Amino acid sequence: MAWRLPPLAVLLLLVAAAVAPLSSAVRPVSEAHRSVAAELFAASPDDLETTYEAVRTFKILGVQRDKGLDGKACKLAADRLSSSSSPAKDLFHAVQIAGVLACSVDAGVYDDVASRLKAVIKDTNSLLEFYYSVGGLLSLKEQGHSVVLSDADSTFHAIKALSQSDGRWRYDTNSAESSTFAAGIALEALAGVVSLSDAEVDPSMIGVVKNDIVKLFGTIKSYDDGTFYFDEKYVDGSEYKGPITTSASVVRGVTSFANVVSGKLNVPGEKILGLAKFFLGIGLPGSGKDCFNQIESLSLLESNRIFVPLILSLPSKVLSLTSKDQLKVEVTTVFGSAAPPLRVNLVQVLGSDSKVITTDSKELQFDLDNNVHYLDITPLKIDVGKYSLVFEITLQDSEHETVYTTGGRNTESVVVTGLIKVDKAEIGISENDAGSAESVEKLDLLKDTKVSLSANHLQKLRLSFQLSTPLGRTFKPHQVFLKLKHESKVEHLFVVPGSARQFKIVLDFLGLVEKFYYLSGTYDLELSVGDASMENSFLRALGQLELDLPEAPEKAPRPPAQAVDPLAKFRPQKEIEHIFRVPEKRPPQEVSLAFTGLTLLPFIGFLIGLMRLGVNLKNFPSLPGPAAFASLFHAGIGAVLLLYVLFWVKLDLFTTLKFLSFLSVFLVFVGHRTLSHLSNTAAKQKTA
Amino acid sequence: MPKAAGDAKLLIQSLTKAYAATPTNLKIIDLYVVFAVATALVQVIYMGIVGSFPFNSFLSGVLSCIGTAVLGVCLRIQVNKDNKEFKDLPPERAFADFVLCNLVLHLVIMNFLG
Repeated sequence: MAWRLPPLAVLLLLVAAAVAPLSSAVRPVSEAHRSVAAELFAASPDDLETTYEAVRTFKILGVQRDKGLDGKACKLAADRLSSSSSPAKDLFHAVQIAGVLACSVDAGVYDDVASRLKAVIKDTNSLLEFYYSVGGLLSLKEQGHSVVLSDADSTFHAIKALSQSDGRWRYDTNSAESSTFAAGIALEALAGVVSLSDAEVDPSMIGVVKNDIVKLFGTIKSYDDGTFYFDEKYVDGSEYKGPITTSASVVRGVTSFANVVSGKLNVPGEKILGLAKFFLGIGLPGSGKDCFNQIESLSLLESNRIFVPLILSLPSKVLSLTSKDQLKVEVTTVFGSAAPPLRVNLVQVLGSDSKVITTDSKELQFDLDNNVHYLDITPLKIDVGKYSLVFEITLQDSEHETVYTTGGRNTESVVVTGLIKVDKAEIGISENDAGSAESVEKLDLLKDTKVSLSANHLQKLRLSFQLSTPLGRTFKPHQVFLKLKHESKVEHLFVVPGSARQFKIVLDFLGLVEKFYYLSGTYDLELSVGDASMENSFLRALGQLELDLPEAPEKAPRPPAQAVDPLAKFRPQKEIEHIFRVPEKRPPQEVSLAFTGLTLLPFIGFLIGLMRLGVNLKNFPSLPGPAAFASLFHAGIGAVLLLYVLFWVKLDLFTTLKFLSFLSVFLVFVGHRTLSHLSNTAAKQKTA
Repeated sequence: MPKAAGDAKLLIQSLTKAYAATPTNLKIIDLYVVFAVATALVQVIYMGIVGSFPFNSFLSGVLSCIGTAVLGVCLRIQVNKDNKEFKDLPPERAFADFVLCNLVLHLVIMNFLG
C-alpha cells in the first residue's frame, strides 16, 4: 500500500496532532486579556452602553486609560443625566459610568435623576424598566448619595410577579415568553430593591426567590468536561442573546442577590466552578460585548458569597521525559490570585484510550515561592504518549470548604514526550523465491547513511527496524513512511507497517513494476518517522537503490507529469514561432502578361468583325436635344462602369451603392428619354 | 471520305448562305456573344496552365464573360422579329433590360473579384 502524500500535508498532520489536545486549555485571566480588552475598546465608543462596558472592563482589569477619554466619557454621562428626556436605560448607564470613573456630578442633578427613576418604578410593569431604574438608584447610593426606596415591598412583589414556575422570568406582564436572561436581570433588580429598602424585606419572599434560584440552576446546561453555562430554552425567540450574555446575566443576578441576603444560597459548588470554567474557556473574546461579559462575570465569581471557584490549570501541557520535566499544577482563583492552603493529589492516570495506567494517589509538593504544586513524573513510570491526569484538591482548612469550591476531581490532558530509541535497523535485497536475504546491511538511523543497493524486478527490498520508548516498550508513531524517489523526480510513498516487535516493509518489485512506471535507474531512499510525543522525529536519507526494471510494454501507464517549479514562470520563456501561411505558387510574370494580351485578342476580332459587317452610327440622333440625351446616356453607363472599377480598386460596398443609387436614377431618366425617342423614330419610319 | 468532305462543305455553304440573310443587328449580337465566349476560353486556358489561384478572381472573370454571353443571347431572342412571342416588345425596351442586367451582374462580379 502506497500513499502519495505531499510533505506539507504530513507536516500539517503532525502539527495538528501536536496542538489539538492543548487548544481547550483553561487558564486564569492573564495579561493577554488586558491587551485584547484594550484592542477591542480602542475606538472611543459614542453610545452610553458601550462606553459603560469599556470603562467597567478597564476598571476590573486595572488597565490605565487615557485621561482625555475618561473625561470624554464623564462628559457624555453628565450630558445624559442633565437631559430631561433620557430614558431609564440611558440614566442607568450614565450613573454607572459616573460611578466607575468617579466623575463629579452635581448633587442637584442626582436628586433629579433619583426622583425620575423612582417615578419610573411606580408606573412601569416592564422588567427592563425596573432593572434600569433600580440599578441606577443603587449606583447612586453606592456613590454616597442617600437614596431610599420607601415602597420596597410592593416593588419587590411587582418584579416577583413576573417569575415563572421553572425559575425563569418574563419581560413584562403582557409577554408570554419566559427567558433565562430575564431571570438574571430580575434577580439583580431584586437584589437592588433589597439593598435600597429602608426596612427589612419580607423574609418569606426572599425564601421564595432563593427557591427560584435553585430551580434556575436546574436548567443549567453542561459540557462533558465539567463546564456549565446558561442558555435560553428556545433559541428562536426575538430576544435571544447567546450563552455568554445569558450566563453573564445569571451570574450577575445570582451573585448580587447572594450578597444582599442573609444565609447561603443552596447552589452546588461544582456549578459555580463550571460557570467559571465556561467563562475562562472562552479564552480571548472576539467582541467588546463578550469581553465585558466575560471579565465582569469572572470578577463577580472571584469574590462571591456562594462559592469562590478555584481553578486548577497546567502551565505546560507537554512534559518531556528527556529533560525530566516536573508536572506542575497551579491552583488559583479565576484572576490568578493565590488559593488558600490546599493539597493536590494525582489520583489517577488514564491513557489515550481511557485505559487506567495507575491509580496510586500521589501528593504534589507545594512550592510556596512560585505558588505551584509539582511532582516528578519519573517515579510514575509513565511512558511517552497522551494521558489524562485526574487531580483531587482538598482544602487544608475545613472552614474554607464553605467559601471555596474546587470541584473535587479535575481532569487535565497532557502529552508526555521522550527520545525514542531506534534499534536493529537493517536494509537488504533478497531473491524472490528463496527469501534468504543476501546482502543485509546494518543501518544507524540516528544519522544519514549512504547505503547503495542494486536490485532487479525479481528481487525484494527489505527494511526493518525497531522503535522503543524510554521505558523499553514498542513505540508506534503516527507516521512511518518510506519514500522512493526516482531521478526523474517521480516519488513513491509506502507506509511501513508495524507489528508487535518491529517495523518491517518488504517491497516486491515484481508486483510494483507497473506502479514504478517501468522506470529503471537510481532511486533515493528516504525514511520518515514522526509522532507528536516523539522528540527525535526524523526524516532520514538512507542511500540509493539502483533498480533494473524490464522495458515498458506498449500500453504501460506513463509517469505523471511533475509539478512545475512555481518560479519557472518567471524565467525567460521559450520563443514562440509563428506559423504563417505559405504563399501560393504564382506563375511567372511573363505568362500572365502574355495572357492579358491574349484576352484582348477576341476584342480585336470583335472590332474587325464589326467593321466587316459595316456597322455605323447613323441611327445616332441628329437633333441637338435627343443627341445630348443619348450622349448623357452613354456617359452615364461609362460612369457606372468607372464606379465599378473604383469599387474594385479602393471603395467599399456602401460608398459604391450610395453613388450608384444617384447615378442609376440619372441613368434611368436619360435612358428612358433616349430609348423612347429611338422607338418613336423607328415607329415613324415604319408608318412612313 | 471525299464524299463526306464534300457533304460537309456543302452543308457549311448552305448554312453560310442562310446566315447571310440574318439582319445586321442580330449579326452584331452574335459577334458580341462569340467575343465574350472567346474571352472566357482564354481565361480557362490560362487557369489550365498556371492553376486556379486566386480562384475567386478566375471565377469572376469567367462568370463575367459567360453572364455577358447569356445576356447577349437573351437580347438576341427578344430582338429577333421572327420570335412571335416578343412581337409586342420594342427592341429599345429589350436593350434597356440588357443594360440594366449587365450593370447588376457586374456589380456582383466586382464585389466577388476581391
